Amino acid sequence: MLQYLALAAILFTIGVFGVLTRRNAVGILMSLELMFNAANINLVVFNRYIGPDNLVGQIFALFVVVVAAAEAVVGLAIVLLLYRNWRGIDVDHINIMKW
Amino acid sequence: MLEHAYFIPFYPLIAFIVIVFFTRWKEKLSAGIAISMIIMAFVHSVFVLIAMLGRHGQPLEMSMPFLEHPTITLELGMWIDGLTAVMLMVVTIVSGCVHVYSLGYMHNDPRWSRYFSYLCLFTFSMLGLVIANNFFMIFIFWELVGLTSYLLIGFWFEKKSASDAGKKAFITTRIGDLGFIVGLLILTFYVGTLNYQEVFAKVNSGALSGGLLAAAGIFIFCGAVGKSAQFPLHVWLPDAMEGPTPVSALIHAATMVAAGVYLVARGMTLFAGSETASMVIAVIGLITSFMAATIALTQNDIKRVLAYSTVSQLGYMIMALGLYGVDLAHGHHSAGYVAGTFHLMTHAFFKALLFLGAGSVIHAVHTNDINFMGGLSRKMKTTTITFFIASLSIAGIFPLSGFWSKDEIVAATTGHPLFMIVTLLIAFMTAFYMFRLCFLTFTGEPRDRERFEHAHESPKSMTGSLSVLAFLAIFAGWVGLPWLHNGFSSFVFHDEVHHAGPNYILMIVSTIVAVSGIGLAYLIYYKKAISADAIASRFKLLYNISYNKWYFDEIYDAIIIRPLMNSTKILWWFDANIIDGLVNLIGWLTVKWAALKMLFDKYVIDGIVNGLGRICMAGSWVIKFIQSGSLQFYTLIVMAGAIGIVLYRVTSIGFYFYLIGLVIVALLSVVVKMTRSDRVDAEPNIEG
Repeated sequence: MLQYLALAAILFTIGVFGVLTRRNAVGILMSLELMFNAANINLVVFNRYIGPDNLVGQIFALFVVVVAAAEAVVGLAIVLLLYRNWRGIDVDHINIMKW
Repeated sequence: MLEHAYFIPFYPLIAFIVIVFFTRWKEKLSAGIAISMIIMAFVHSVFVLIAMLGRHGQPLEMSMPFLEHPTITLELGMWIDGLTAVMLMVVTIVSGCVHVYSLGYMHNDPRWSRYFSYLCLFTFSMLGLVIANNFFMIFIFWELVGLTSYLLIGFWFEKKSASDAGKKAFITTRIGDLGFIVGLLILTFYVGTLNYQEVFAKVNSGALSGGLLAAAGIFIFCGAVGKSAQFPLHVWLPDAMEGPTPVSALIHAATMVAAGVYLVARGMTLFAGSETASMVIAVIGLITSFMAATIALTQNDIKRVLAYSTVSQLGYMIMALGLYGVDLAHGHHSAGYVAGTFHLMTHAFFKALLFLGAGSVIHAVHTNDINFMGGLSRKMKTTTITFFIASLSIAGIFPLSGFWSKDEIVAATTGHPLFMIVTLLIAFMTAFYMFRLCFLTFTGEPRDRERFEHAHESPKSMTGSLSVLAFLAIFAGWVGLPWLHNGFSSFVFHDEVHHAGPNYILMIVSTIVAVSGIGLAYLIYYKKAISADAIASRFKLLYNISYNKWYFDEIYDAIIIRPLMNSTKILWWFDANIIDGLVNLIGWLTVKWAALKMLFDKYVIDGIVNGLGRICMAGSWVIKFIQSGSLQFYTLIVMAGAIGIVLYRVTSIGFYFYLIGLVIVALLSVVVKMTRSDRVDAEPNIEG
């Protein structure tokens, strides 16, 4: 069990690093997907080792996949709009979310 | 009908309510309602009288509790005996006559409906006063008649003198009523009841006696002094003549002023229990009667002569009742009680008649001053005849009603020589001033041609009332004929009947006195054999005292009103200078103190508030740089927070880690912001 959790933790950390360091908005979205998948792995692992009699964790993982797909659509739409407005998707240039 | 006698006062009350709320605008209808309700009350009173005659004056009492208190129970109830039945008749008859008379007298008055509603309210109050079975209830109605008296004296309130007279009447009687209240309080505390019969039982059993009984009696008598215009509170009654004449007849001659006499008669057992109180009553009555009679000799206002005559006659009755109490204290029943109540009844009729006759004359010549009258008998037949009947009656000429009742009063003074002499003297003066008035008004040559030409007999409604009252002025006294075995006395007086029997010597003496009074008036004012002016100048001092009403108004003005005014002026000065000065000083100090406090507010309080604001502004200026707008920076903070929470759970230093981290991040971001200020942010592509 521990190796799966370690895998999830590594995957999550890679995702966090990507989100924090990437300047490309698409890269950020991709890193986000890694974090989702790390969470999914956790859900499946805990389901498998702690409560194997029911499938709640696996079903929940499937929900997360669906929601992640929808979130990716919204995120890509935002990226598209960013590109249209600023002719670029470098997040360092996008700092209007402030006072 | 007898058991429902309590309903009698409600007839005029209903009329009052209906007129005030519904028929105010329909004048004829209002008068119709008033008169029909009075007639119903009269009919009911007749039934009560017949029932009482059937019971031989056996009293009937009904009551219900009104207010209950550990110390006293106040009740509403009725006490019907012979005296009540007689008073009910007197009030309803006179009130009815006055109502009908007013149809003519108040013709075209703009406040016609109001006038009739007041009359109804008065009649209600008076009937309630008569029917009451306890001192509390009589006091309520006592005040109500005072109120209506005030309203009706000041009925023509446009006239300053009328509204002043109303106030004078109200305030003067209130002084007496204060005594009345004190008397009632004495009864409340020392007897514990205000019911007539219970109080009398206590008095008879000796539970209340000596000085306390005398005090209670004298204080309650104060109420009668005010209401019946006795010395020294008589000054209001002559002024009350400012009211409409029918009102003077009803309220200030026949009924309300007789309420004081009624109270004394009603509470006779209480007063008679104390010789002191009885003596006070008798002496006050005698003084009043004598004084008023002397004043009436010289007055020129027709209504004022009658007013002083009323005061004098009321004094007569009070004196008779007082003497009865004195005699009773000495252990023998005299004629006083019966004389007082008998004269109360007969006087109500002939004095109402005199006033209504005077009203008829005033209606014809539009003046009160007898100097502008004379010879009116040629124009006003009915008025003249009825006025002469009433004058003969009040003078005490056989066989008119006044003769019988006045004889009883003279008989009541038996055993009190001083009282008897003065009483006969008053009888002489009464005969004289009444016939002075008659001769000056109705006979001789008219002294004012123009007024005489315009004079005319009054309308039927007025002369009709005069005729009814004239009938009663002649025959009402016959119920007390001595040959009838004193029917009246056994009816009104159910204690121990005083059978005097006819006293022929007394009759002859009083007739001689009355005839000589009339004869003197005849010589002076009809034959002019003796000059009135010559007598006036011969007895200049006496004439002036009489003409100026014994200077009572002037004395009261000098010893009460003037000092009161002066003291109020001093108080006003004190108010205007000292009190106002203090108030203004305090105001000035407050303003100055407020200016000081304003400075404190401006610099200290506002400084604190603004300073807090500035600190917040400065702090927020620093903190706002955390919100850099950079997505990844925000994410970093979220991550740091998440790590902080985990650390907090594990090691409990995470919170501080978080705070320190936050500050470091903020400073970092400021630095970043400063160093990257050279970078130009991408401008939004509008057309995109």
